[in-house]
Amino acid sequence: MVPVSYYLILGGILFACGVAGFLIKRNLITIFMSIELMLNGVNLSFVAFAAQWQALSGQVFVFFVMVVAAAEAAVGLAIIIAVYRTRETLNVDQVNLLKL
Amino acid sequence: MTRNLHLWLIPVLPLIGAAVNGLFGKRFSRQTVVAIALLFSGAAFAMALWVASQFSSLQTPHIETFAAWLRAGDFHADFAFFLDQLSLVMLLVVTGVGFLIHIYSVGYMWEEGGFYRFFAYLNLFMFFMLTLVLASNYLLMFIGWEGVGLASYLLIGFWFTKDSAASAGKKAFIVNRIGDFGFLIALFLMIQHFGSLDFVQVAQQVMPMSPEIGAAGLLTAIGLLLMVGAAGKSAQIPLYVWLPDAMEGPTPVSALIHAATMVTAGVYMVSRSHVIFEHAPIAMMVVAIIGTLTALFAATIGVCQTDVKKVLAYSTVSQLGYMFIGCGVGAFSAGIFHLMTHAFFKGLLFLAAGSVIHAVGGEQDMRKMGGLRTKIPWTFWTMTAGTFAIAGFPPLAGFFSKDAILWKAYSSPYGNWVYWAIGVFTAFLTSFYMFRQWFLTFFGEYRGEEHLDDGHGHGGHGHGGIHESPAVMLAPLVILAVLSVCGGWIGSERFDKFLAPVFHSQTASSTAEGPSMPAEPRKEDSTETLFTGISVSAALLGFLLAWQLYHRRPELPQRIAASLGGFYQAVVHKYYVDEIYATVFVKPLIDGSTKLLWHGVDRDIIDAAVDDSADGAREVSDAVRHMQSGNIRSYAGWVAAGAAVVIFYMVWMGTR
Repeated sequence: MVPVSYYLILGGILFACGVAGFLIKRNLITIFMSIELMLNGVNLSFVAFAAQWQALSGQVFVFFVMVVAAAEAAVGLAIIIAVYRTRETLNVDQVNLLKL
Repeated sequence: MTRNLHLWLIPVLPLIGAAVNGLFGKRFSRQTVVAIALLFSGAAFAMALWVASQFSSLQTPHIETFAAWLRAGDFHADFAFFLDQLSLVMLLVVTGVGFLIHIYSVGYMWEEGGFYRFFAYLNLFMFFMLTLVLASNYLLMFIGWEGVGLASYLLIGFWFTKDSAASAGKKAFIVNRIGDFGFLIALFLMIQHFGSLDFVQVAQQVMPMSPEIGAAGLLTAIGLLLMVGAAGKSAQIPLYVWLPDAMEGPTPVSALIHAATMVTAGVYMVSRSHVIFEHAPIAMMVVAIIGTLTALFAATIGVCQTDVKKVLAYSTVSQLGYMFIGCGVGAFSAGIFHLMTHAFFKGLLFLAAGSVIHAVGGEQDMRKMGGLRTKIPWTFWTMTAGTFAIAGFPPLAGFFSKDAILWKAYSSPYGNWVYWAIGVFTAFLTSFYMFRQWFLTFFGEYRGEEHLDDGHGHGGHGHGGIHESPAVMLAPLVILAVLSVCGGWIGSERFDKFLAPVFHSQTASSTAEGPSMPAEPRKEDSTETLFTGISVSAALLGFLLAWQLYHRRPELPQRIAASLGGFYQAVVHKYYVDEIYATVFVKPLIDGSTKLLWHGVDRDIIDAAVDDSADGAREVSDAVRHMQSGNIRSYAGWVAAGAAVVIFYMVWMGTR
């Protein structure tokens, strides 16, 4: 049996990749995908713990996260389309109207 | 069951008039404004007459509670009205003279701007004055007391574009505030020690006290503080300074507020509190001394005034002094009697003076008048009646009331021959300055310019040429002249008897002193006649002196003035009292307020604290606002950095 720490390390790497992508990338869609990556990193650690402790709640939580992520994807993509229509760009550095 | 006379209507009627004219008067024609003002003040007068006609069938004091006002524990003060002989006299004087002056004002103010405003204020004054005289507790009285002060302020400053009028209004208000302060403290003392401000209840609690017991100090304090209030409102030393300046107001206002009614509120208040004063001999003595000094002091100033209205103003102060002599020697009914006759003849004199001023186109300086006797005969004859009345010639009104006061000043248990002597000398001065005014105004040659087109302050009066006033102004003059002649025929004895139920404790104590009292007056009848003779001859002497100096030998006064030198200058400058007050009180106050409170505390501490904290907040925000870049990735960076800090913290805590 694969030790739980392996799953956790993989989850951590996935999460770190997500954070790095979120910070580095300029394209909104890429940033969006990085968020999904972070969520999946967290999901992985959830199921790893669920298997470790033979508890179902971890897996239930993952379903919740996936549902929320799906909803978020729908709203987020709608926002991205709206942003593209008004700004004609998806570069976040140029979407900075809220600055002082 | 006592009858309900709806006394509350009497003050409220003028209030309605004031509200209607004050709120909507701007759109009304002058006729409408007049109709409203006269209707409501006349209705109050009619109501007062009706109450007087019902009075004999009433139990006195007749108290009507209109509505509850304050209820705090055991203490309560209600909107309650109090009718007894004293307030009935005041009620009739205020509504009667007030109504006449309303009529007069129609003619006097017709040309003025702000016509509706004037009548709204006048009606407002009537409301507060009637509240004052009808109140059944000190607190409601105080409301009226403050209210008449407000109306007085508004009317003195009626020509508010004129700087002197505006500052005279302020002066009156501020000086009155000093008196009101004393009055308020007296009310607080009453609440603390008697638990009530109701006239009846306070009197009931004071009655059993004897002047010797420990409470005497308390009663003396209350009495003195009430006197401070009365001195402010009734222009007594040391707070009289506002009244001469108050002559900046329109002349009908001077007649109504600053001669006939409001300034007598202090006398009324002292008389209303007679139970307290009778139990505090020291306070009584102070009242009498202040009255005596004021009477003399103001009369001497009056001798040297050249402004028609200023002479009458100082004369008013002096006559109010007489009333306080009356109160101070325990002859409250004599004081109130003089109050009533004074309301007649001084109201008349002011209105007549207004008619003179009207006739000569706004001129108020007597040195520029003269010879007006034939040109304005109605004014002349009515003013003659007033002058003889105030000088104390029998059988005019002033003779009876002044004589009653002077006799009591000597004969009452509180009396003293000094009061009487100064009183008689003041009577001589009164006669002198009044006849001086009379001769200067109506006799000799006309000394003014023929056509004065610029009205002195009141632009409306300059229609050139000397002319008699319209009938609407003369009618009140004639009525008041008749009252000034006949008003005293009631006689002080009968008046005394009428008011006896109010001042019953006085009569009770005098009968308690034994059967020797009734015999005494008979023995002193000859003395009384002698004293009357002396005061009449004092008046006659004043007349003759004025005649000699201002009619036969008009060059003499200047020579006498020159020979008196410094003293004359002091009198002309009103003993420099205003200047002394300015240096001793006003200037230090203004300097202290400006330098210490304004510059020191307000600007350098309070303002500085507010400004500095605002500046600090702005600087901090300036530094911090650059975080708000609008750049999504920098926000994300902050989130990530924050999360990292939290994680490191937790890991560090976990490994410890």
